[in-house]
Amino acid sequence: MYDLEDLYQEIVMDHNRRPRNFGELKEPTTTADGFNPLCGDQITLQLSLEDGVVVDVAFNGVGCAISKSSASMMTEELKGKTLEHAENLFEAFRKMITRTPGESYDSDLLGDLEILQGVSQYPARIKCATLAWHTLHSAIQDGNEVVSTE
Amino acid sequence: MFDVEKIRLDFPILAKEIFGNPLVYLDNAATSQKPRQVIDALVDYYENFNANVHRGVHTLSMEATDKYEDAREKVSSFINSESSDSVIWTRNASESLNLVAYSWGENNINEGDEILLTPMEHHSNLVPWQELARRKNADIKFIPMLENGTLDMDRVDDLITEKTALVSAVHMSNALGTINPVRELGVKAHRMGAKILVDGAQSVPHMPTDVQELNCDFLVFSGHKMLGPTGIGALYVKKEILESMEPFLTGGEMVLEVSYEEASWADLPMKFEAGTPNIADSIGLGSAVDYLNVLGMENVREHEKDLTTYALNRFKNADLEGLDLFGPDDPNIRGGVFSFNTPDVHPHDLGTFLDRIGIAVRTGHHCAMPLVRSLGVAATARASFYLYNTKKEVDILVDGVTEALRYFRDGPN
Ligand SMILES: Cc1ncc(COP(=O)(O)O)c(C=O)c1O
Repeated sequence: MYDLEDLYQEIVMDHNRRPRNFGELKEPTTTADGFNPLCGDQITLQLSLEDGVVVDVAFNGVGCAISKSSASMMTEELKGKTLEHAENLFEAFRKMITRTPGESYDSDLLGDLEILQGVSQYPARIKCATLAWHTLHSAIQDGNEVVSTE
Repeated sequence: MFDVEKIRLDFPILAKEIFGNPLVYLDNAATSQKPRQVIDALVDYYENFNANVHRGVHTLSMEATDKYEDAREKVSSFINSESSDSVIWTRNASESLNLVAYSWGENNINEGDEILLTPMEHHSNLVPWQELARRKNADIKFIPMLENGTLDMDRVDDLITEKTALVSAVHMSNALGTINPVRELGVKAHRMGAKILVDGAQSVPHMPTDVQELNCDFLVFSGHKMLGPTGIGALYVKKEILESMEPFLTGGEMVLEVSYEEASWADLPMKFEAGTPNIADSIGLGSAVDYLNVLGMENVREHEKDLTTYALNRFKNADLEGLDLFGPDDPNIRGGVFSFNTPDVHPHDLGTFLDRIGIAVRTGHHCAMPLVRSLGVAATARASFYLYNTKKEVDILVDGVTEALRYFRDGPN
């Protein structure tokens, strides 16, 4: 109708209405908080890790449709993946969202996450889409630190 | 006569289209648009009068100085200051507040003193006092707020004590639209020997302001919210207080006599204006004041009150399930600012949706984070009106919000 569908694709709206992996894990091994002071969006991300593999993941918090659906899709994508793969996804996702028109990104690696590529046309919404991913990134970084001190 | 359709023709930007829709500019609390007259005054200055002020014997410098000081006179009369010596140019309301916090606050706030604020202050009338209080070991207190977004005035007498050194309050809230009884606060402050500062950033642009009638000690405001350029604002200080204040910034322009060891200060107001000032934008603000005077501030206020009454009704009667509209519902104590929240649609999504149909609103915390948090939400959407807005634009807004709620509930179509 208003060309908004690039941003609010049906799948995005569905994740917004029914976010997956929304809630808390019983026994998370890593927890990280993300906050966007500009808009008040807040997310808590919990990971359950075993030998560098994400066996379970959950998120909680408040946010707009873009940040909520981005977090929801991210959690779906992460299950069963190694942390190394998760970091690669983070880089690829960030590149896709912040790209300038015409710039390419790794659509094979991103798979279903490509649904959010339209956000790159809405500079004011980039931070909404990347909040969950930055939170993941910091969870992984801190998680590694904990591992290295053990 | 106040003819809004005719007024709109003075604002070139209002003819702009956003994604093929006419621009409906409802972010006036952030900054206002500028009429052709103000834009022309800037161009006229640079094309015909550009020179540094107060420095040259040459014709251009004298012409520039005249225009610059003339603008100060205009702003001074606009707020009915006793003298233009009481009007200091700053960059904006924030700088004006910092000037007071340093130049007055450093010497007048002592350990154990209290600064009384309201819970609806903009960060710029909060953080400078937090910092001052930290430096001085002073305390900050807040006048409680009622459910409807007005101050609990019954509590004020207990809160202003002999410890209170300053009461600083926003005249019109940029987040709620509430118009606070700052004159009454001033009477109560003075009774206990405290000073009163009025944050006029949202009131000076929208209603008549008379510093003598308000009997305020300090008034701060920004030019860019009242049709003027960005980068110019003002501070009014009662003369006897201003005379006792130390300079904020030092250097050129603000000195009388300088030796290698020391300096003496220039007379008011230049004592507070170090360096080459913002000449062009002061003149631009003078031209904005001319424009507002032709319309008449009483008429501006009437027009906006009319819009406010209309908008309050439309919001109330529209099919806006669960919409929470903050602030008082009496247009006599409310300006044209509408902050709202919808349980099912985040303000960001609403803002993006409205932008696509040409409506510019602000979303977020509106530089009043503690207030927005106390409303129990992370963010709100805010539509704020000015003299060139119309009832038709109120309709477009309310219809737009209605449509957005449906879109996010049911999806496209
Ligand atoms: C009530 C109030 N006070 C102070 C300010 C600060 O104004 P400026 O950003 O121009 O310094 C604003 C601007 O948003 C405001 O609304």
